[in-house]
Amino acid sequence: MAEDDDIAERRLAFGRAFIGALPHARALGMTLVDLTEGRAVMEMPYDARLIGDPETGVIHGGAVSALMDTCGGAAVMAHAQTPAGTATLDLRIDYMRSATPGRAIRAEAVCYHMTRSVAFVRATATDGEEGRPVASATGAFTVERGR
Amino acid sequence: MSPRQRPEPVQVVKGRRDRALAGLVGSIPYAAFLGITVDRRGDELTAVLPFDDKLIGNPGLPALHGGVTAAFLETTAILELAWAVLWDDMEGGRLPEYGDAPPPRLPKTIDITVDYLRSGLPRDAYARARVNRSGRRYASVHVEAWQDNRARLFAQATGHFLMPPREG
Repeated sequence: MAEDDDIAERRLAFGRAFIGALPHARALGMTLVDLTEGRAVMEMPYDARLIGDPETGVIHGGAVSALMDTCGGAAVMAHAQTPAGTATLDLRIDYMRSATPGRAIRAEAVCYHMTRSVAFVRATATDGEEGRPVASATGAFTVERGR
Repeated sequence: MSPRQRPEPVQVVKGRRDRALAGLVGSIPYAAFLGITVDRRGDELTAVLPFDDKLIGNPGLPALHGGVTAAFLETTAILELAWAVLWDDMEGGRLPEYGDAPPPRLPKTIDITVDYLRSGLPRDAYARARVNRSGRRYASVHVEAWQDNRARLFAQATGHFLMPPREG
């Protein structure tokens, strides 16, 4: 058990270092909340600079896309097959409702299947209200193998 | 002489259109955060994303963050849709002189699918949107983005949008 905890802790530390090295993730204030095998949870604080519609104060969909994309990539990197790298091939995002202004957005991504060259990801984003996601996404990512 | 009214001086027309566009682009804080500007030729818009270090996703390559690309495409689509409505109102003389008018209400994204065709290089990016269908409530928009060569797209997207309710 202690050994599993150790692995989990090291994976999370590695993931945090990885996300911390992405300039745009840093610019948006993204943090890695949890990282388990093929699954990542990330959070992005509310920030007035990210507003898409000034009338409502709602965060721009693009910022939510950036969070989902980063979280999806992290889930791919945390897959048991440990790819050496990954890039997004396509990402479809459905916006179910507006995120409540002032609330942080949390994304959870799962890499549910991986072939030799492609990883498949599903993700959802919430703003703290359980059971009422603000957006969901599906994506395909490349799988880079180490040389 | 013909009773026809003389056309407005070109500077007046240009000034009005540029103010309307600046008002629209300036109403989106997130566009300013990314540094997006818009070029206009008549009613045709080209969104420009000047390169900046904070837009990098993969520092190893370095490449634009996929989320930045998605945001750029989505913003371009929203601007194009809002601009089309604004343009009709402006040209139809239904727009109060800008500066006094509140910024236009923006369409809401229902869904957007982004295709990443090649990695975004650390240089300026451009995008143009084409409205394929725009009804009273729903619109479908296709967006293309490129960097050095117009024919070599680095990303494209298709999105569906909910149009703001219109008066009258």
